[in-house]
Amino acid sequence: MTIPNFDAINVGDEIPSLTTEPVSRLTLALYATGSGDHHPLHLDQDYVRSKGMKDVFAHGMLGMAYLGRLLTQWVPQEAIRTFGVRFTAITWIGESMVCTGKVVEKLEQNGEKCVRLELTCANEQGEAKHKADAVVALA
Amino acid sequence: MLIDKKHIGMKVPPHAVTPTAWQLKWFAKATGETNPLYFDEAAARKAGLPGVLVPPTFFFCMDMDKDEPFDYIATMGCDFGKMLHGEQIFTYHKPVYSGDTLDFDGQVTDIYDKKNGALQFIVKDVKVSRQGEAVCDLRTVIVIRA
Repeated sequence: MTIPNFDAINVGDEIPSLTTEPVSRLTLALYATGSGDHHPLHLDQDYVRSKGMKDVFAHGMLGMAYLGRLLTQWVPQEAIRTFGVRFTAITWIGESMVCTGKVVEKLEQNGEKCVRLELTCANEQGEAKHKADAVVALA
Repeated sequence: MLIDKKHIGMKVPPHAVTPTAWQLKWFAKATGETNPLYFDEAAARKAGLPGVLVPPTFFFCMDMDKDEPFDYIATMGCDFGKMLHGEQIFTYHKPVYSGDTLDFDGQVTDIYDKKNGALQFIVKDVKVSRQGEAVCDLRTVIVIRA
């Protein structure tokens, strides 16, 4: 994987998108194992019903991990300088996540040529679940 | 009830984590990762890496990898049932691999509220280092609903 050239990237450019498989109960069980987060809200339907919710739902950090994959399929991970997310809505079982990103600023930071990206993780109906931004150093 | 701002500056007990290739393999499987550098030790070594790559958001998992990850919230007298993860921000300095021993050193750096206290925000900043060298900073913003 090569790092894109700063001069070849323009504000408004979109990076290649990423669409995930629908989030399943198995996905959440695997994420619990991989992340160490075994909170019953994500695993135990009896528990969530006792709390008045309809079903288990995805870990917020699963969506951020998908956005991380969106970045690392575009640039090697060592090019990422900052990566931040705001969790705005719940992701339910059966929803596929559509991760997209676009360049909103070209900047120089600590002597490096960087771009700032706005990233979104949404369902297939376009409802945004997480809004994120990242600064990535380019060649 | 508003959280006492005297808690700004509270240190979180430090802890150390050594990510394993085994756990990173499950994290990769859960997140649909297809790049073998994140889950195949042999492929990572062939690429000249000392272990599999720790992915960008896994630092949060390691920060939580302790007996009572929210003890600082409990100390403030907040109800865990009203707690939400509002924001998560990472700043990266160096790549990290399975087998690295990482030190997590955190502190509560801000407490503020919005909507007349209906939403309160607790900001925790954590510095992650490997043998004294900074590798990553985390900022976790927890929201407490009234």
